[in-house]
This record gives sequence, structure tokens and C-alpha cells, in this order.
Amino acid sequence: MVGSVPLVWVLTLAAGLFCIGLFGALSRRNIVGMLMGIELMLNSVNINLVAFWRYLQPTGTAGLIFAIFTIAVAAAEVAVGLAMVIAIYRARLTINADEIDTLKG
Amino acid sequence: MNPIAIGVFIVIALLTLGSGIMVVTVRNIIHSALWLIASFIGVAALYLLMEAEFLAVVQILVYAGAVSILVLFAIMLTRQVTGEGVRVVFERWWVALLIALGLFGVIVPTLWKHGATWEEAAKLAQVGPAPVEGAANSLQVATATEIGRSFMGEYLLPFEVVSVLLLMALIGAVVIAYEERTRRRRVLTLAEELALKKRGIVEPRDAEGAVVPREAEAAVILLDSEQA
Repeated sequence: MVGSVPLVWVLTLAAGLFCIGLFGALSRRNIVGMLMGIELMLNSVNINLVAFWRYLQPTGTAGLIFAIFTIAVAAAEVAVGLAMVIAIYRARLTINADEIDTLKG
Repeated sequence: MNPIAIGVFIVIALLTLGSGIMVVTVRNIIHSALWLIASFIGVAALYLLMEAEFLAVVQILVYAGAVSILVLFAIMLTRQVTGEGVRVVFERWWVALLIALGLFGVIVPTLWKHGATWEEAAKLAQVGPAPVEGAANSLQVATATEIGRSFMGEYLLPFEVVSVLLLMALIGAVVIAYEERTRRRRVLTLAEELALKKRGIVEPRDAEGAVVPREAEAAVILLDSEQA
């Protein structure tokens, strides 16, 4: 793969996935939909880390370790985020982001 | 140049990006979560292609397995009965589209400007430290063994910190989602419903005919206070 596919192609794929995730996180009204967009963005960052590891420093482990840490933090984030979604739903009976506007004043 | 590798890469890239686009555009949120699984599997395939086998397995286990199931559970626990026909995106979704496209338009030219430099560096990095006689390339890509050694050596402190973070997330998720027993919403029994009807209090129902739970709870509290 390394000899055939240039690094830039992989990075472009990751950039595309990041922008798709960003669009999802910004445009969805459902909080779970927003979280799914954020998951896509985190995945694209992981692709970048693994690509730079494989192409530029394949004998080291820094890129892989960093990617594993990102996965762990993302798992923690999604667990707490979805718990918050359920708590919000219980209190307001909606998970629509523009109906949850108590702090708007 | 290996045309098979290029073809496989293009197929995986199309799968990943295509299902990513479906995730953010599909109207039904459950379909969106299922497309998310497809996208995660595409990313795992990309890891396999880049010889990061351990990470590919972790990706399948954690993302395609755990995270997507968690998302599906959250959707099923919070879906409104009248979920259909409601707008799924903000009114000004085109601003989000503009921001995403703008970011893409900034990132990609910057990447391609430095592409040649990286290609040089990548060629240098693919050569093993001391090529053995007869072997074309002695490059040893780091495997799960090396990852384990790094975790127990160089990255021991971050490793422990992440374990504490996961514990905190576990406790935090339970604390946030916990509902006190006294506040738990309760379904009206038949007798209570009859008692309410006798008193002329009709349970409020929404357009689909489902009982509006908050109001039902208030009615139960009313009944309880009268019994006391």
C-alpha cells in the first residue's frame, strides 16, 4: 500500500471524512445525530495518525499509541454524552437541540 | 506501483466517504446509526490496508461494536413517537455546508502543496535499518507486541491516566443517567385510570394517541394526594 498509494490520498480521505462529520455535527438538530458527526470527525483524525505512522515512522509506535488513546477518550466521551442525552430526554422529553434553550435567557 | 492496492484503497475510500455522507444526510436517525457502522468498518479496512492490524481489531470492537450499539440504544430510549415529519436539520443547514466545504477547500490544497516532501520522507522511512543480504527490505512494521511494550514502558503514565479517565466516565455516565426511584415515571394502573375518568379528568394525549407522560405523572400525584 505504501509504495502505491501516496500519503496525500489518505490525508485527503481523512480531510473529507472530517468535513462530512463537521457538517453533521453542525447541521443536525438531534443531539444523537450531532454525536455521530463528532464520532466521524474523531475517526478521521485517527486515520491521519495511522497514516503518518505508517508512511513516516513505521518502526516506532507513537502514532498507534496516540490513536489508541484517541479511541479510549472517544469511548469515554460517547458514554458520558449519551448518558446526558438520556438525562435531558427525561427532563425535557425532547432531544432536539433548539428546544433545549434554558441558558438562552 | 501495485494497481490492486490502489483499487482496494479507492473502494475503501468510496465506502467510507459514501456511508459518512449517508450518516449526515439520511432522515431516519436509526438508518443514520447503521450507516455509521458501515463507515467505521470502512475505516477499519483502511487500518488493515496500512498494516495496523491491532488498531483495525480495536476499531471493530470499540467503534463498530460498542459505540454504535450505545448510540442505537440512546436513539431507541429517546425517540419520540411523533418523530416522523419533523425537520432533521437546522433551518440554516447551508451555513454548516459552507463551513465544511470551506474547511475542505483550505485543507486539501495545503496537503497537496506538501505532498512531494512527504513522499520523499516516506520513501526514506520505508527502508529498514540494515538490509540483510538477499532480502529486499528488512523493514519491521510495529506490531501489537511493540505496542504492548510501549504501553508498559515509555507510555506507562498516560496509560494509567486513561484507565482513570475510563473509570470516571463509567461512574459519570451512571450518575448522570441515574433516576431516583421516587421520581421514576409510573404507568397508570387500570384502577387509577378508572378513578381519573370517574372524576372527569381525561389523560391528555398527543396527536398520535399516546399518553403524555408528564401530565400522567401529575395526575398520579393528584390521586395520591387525595388518597392521603
